[in-house]
Amino acid sequence: MNTLIDITIFQNLVYIVSSVLFILGIKMLGKESTAVRGNILSSVAMLSAVSVTLIDVDIGIAIIISAIILGALIGSVIALKVKMTAIPEMVALFNGFGGMASFLIAWSQFTDTQPALLQNLLIMITIYIGGITFSGSIVAYGKLSEKINLEKGSLVTNILVTFFYLSIPALLIMMFVPALSINPNFIFLGFLVLTVLAGLGFVMPIGGGDMPVVISLLNSLSGIAAAFAGLLLLNNVLIVAGSLVGASGLILTIIMAKAMNRTIGNILFVGYASASSSKSEGEQGEVKPINAEDAYLILENASSVLVVPGYGMAVAQAQHVVRELGELMEENGTEVKYGIHPVAGRMPGHMNVLLAEANVSYDLLVEPDDVNPTMDTFDVAVVIGANDVVNPSATEEPGSPIYGMPIIEVHNAKTVFVLKRSMSSGFAGVQNPLFFKENTRMLFGDAKESIGTVVSEFKD
Amino acid sequence: MEIYILLGFVLLLSIFLGLELISKVPSTLHTPLMSGANAISGIALVGALMLSAEGQIQNVLAFFAILFASINVFGGYLVTNRMLSMFKKKS
Repeated sequence: MNTLIDITIFQNLVYIVSSVLFILGIKMLGKESTAVRGNILSSVAMLSAVSVTLIDVDIGIAIIISAIILGALIGSVIALKVKMTAIPEMVALFNGFGGMASFLIAWSQFTDTQPALLQNLLIMITIYIGGITFSGSIVAYGKLSEKINLEKGSLVTNILVTFFYLSIPALLIMMFVPALSINPNFIFLGFLVLTVLAGLGFVMPIGGGDMPVVISLLNSLSGIAAAFAGLLLLNNVLIVAGSLVGASGLILTIIMAKAMNRTIGNILFVGYASASSSKSEGEQGEVKPINAEDAYLILENASSVLVVPGYGMAVAQAQHVVRELGELMEENGTEVKYGIHPVAGRMPGHMNVLLAEANVSYDLLVEPDDVNPTMDTFDVAVVIGANDVVNPSATEEPGSPIYGMPIIEVHNAKTVFVLKRSMSSGFAGVQNPLFFKENTRMLFGDAKESIGTVVSEFKD
Repeated sequence: MEIYILLGFVLLLSIFLGLELISKVPSTLHTPLMSGANAISGIALVGALMLSAEGQIQNVLAFFAILFASINVFGGYLVTNRMLSMFKKKS
C-alpha cells in the first residue's frame, strides 16, 4: 500500500464535498432567509478544503502558519473596522488580493517547471487575469476612497491605457511562443510588469458612476483567475469555486449594465465621453429652493412619501437620520417607501446595505419597476443625493446620453424634494431637467444636516 | 492531455451551474452576494498551499500567495457576515 495515493484520494473526496458545499452556499446566499447560513456553509467548505490541503504540503510549515496568521489578522481587522459606507472600496481591495494570489501561483509554477505548451498557455492566462484583477481592483479602491483622482484623457491615464492595449498582443505572444518566455528571463518579468500596468490602464479611465459595473466585473475576473489556477494545478475545488464566482460576478455585471441601459463594452471602453452635446442647451429655467422648515410642513401633511437615496446619502453618512425621519413620518400616519435604483451608489446593492445598517426594514424597499406605475399617487418624493437615476432626460430626451436608462420617475410624484449640495451634474455629466420642473423644490446643503433639521422639527 | 479535457469539462459545467444558481437574486442581496462570492475566490489559498518550495523565489512567492489569499478569505467572510447580520425584517 502506498500511503501517498491514499492521501490524494482522501483529499479529492473532501474537495468534492467542499465543492458541493460551495454550490449550496452560493445558492443560499441568493435568498434573504437563508443568506447567513449560506455564507457560513461556504466558509465551512473553505475550511475543509484548506485543512485537507494542509495534510500534504511542500512549503515549510513555518512559512504557511506565519502567512496565514498574518493574513487572518490583516483581513479580520479591515473587515471588522471598516465603516459600512466604505464597503465598496473594501470589497474591491479584497478582490484585488485574491487576484494577486492567483498571479503569484502562476508565477511560481512558471519558475518551478519547464512548462509544456498547454501549461505555458494556462500560466500566462492566469498571470494576465490575476494581474489585471489585482491592479484594476487597486485603482477601483483608490477611486472609490477618493485617493486616486485621475480623469479620463489625462496624460498618465492615456499612457496606462496604451499599456492595456499593448498587453493584449503581448499575452497572445507569451501564450503561444513559450520559447520566448523562457530564454531571456527579463521578457517574462517584463510581461509581469506589463500585466500590472495594463490593469491600471483598464480601470483608470472609467468614471466613478460606472463603478458598480467595474466592481462586479473584477469580482468575476478574480474567480476566473482562481479557476485557471485550478486548471494549472489540476485541482477540482479551485475550478468549481472559481467558476462559481466567475459566473455570479458576470451575472451581476450584466444586471448592472442593464440597469444603465448600456452594453458592458460601452461602459468599459467608451464611457460618457459623447455627453458633451447636451451642454449646449444651457439654461433650462429657474430652480425653486426650499428650506428645511417648509419641507417639514409639507412632509407633515403628506400621506405617502417615497425616499430615493443615491451616492450623496453615502457621502453625507445620512442613512441614520433618513431612517429616523422615516420612522417619525410613519408615526405621523404617513406611508413611507424607499425607492432603490440598482445602480444608485458605487456598487451593486449599495443603498440596500446602508439602509440595512440604519435598520430600515427591507420590505419597505421598492425597485423602479414596482414604484413607477403608481408614482403619481405619492405626495412627496424625497431625492437624497441621487442624480442620474432620477434624471427624466432618460425618458424624455432621445438625444440625451442616458436616454433609455431605466430611472425612478420621481418627476411624476406630486411634489419632489431634491437634497443636494450644489447644482453640479451627476457622474454622467448630464444636466438634470428634474431640478427645473414645476413640482420640484431644491433643498440645498449637506443631506445629513437638512434631514436633521426636518427631524428636529418633527420632534418639536 | 486527457486530464485537461476532463477539467475543462468541470470548468464549463461549473460556470453554467453558477449562471443558473444566481440568475434571480433580489437587489437587496447584490452586495452580500458579491462580497460572499469574493470570499469564495479566496479559494486560491488552496492553490497557494499546493505550491512547491524548492528555491528561495518559490518560498517567497508561496508566502505572499498564502498571505494575500488569506486576507481575501478571512476579510471576505467576516465582512459578508457582518453585512448579512444587518439585513432583517423589522416586526
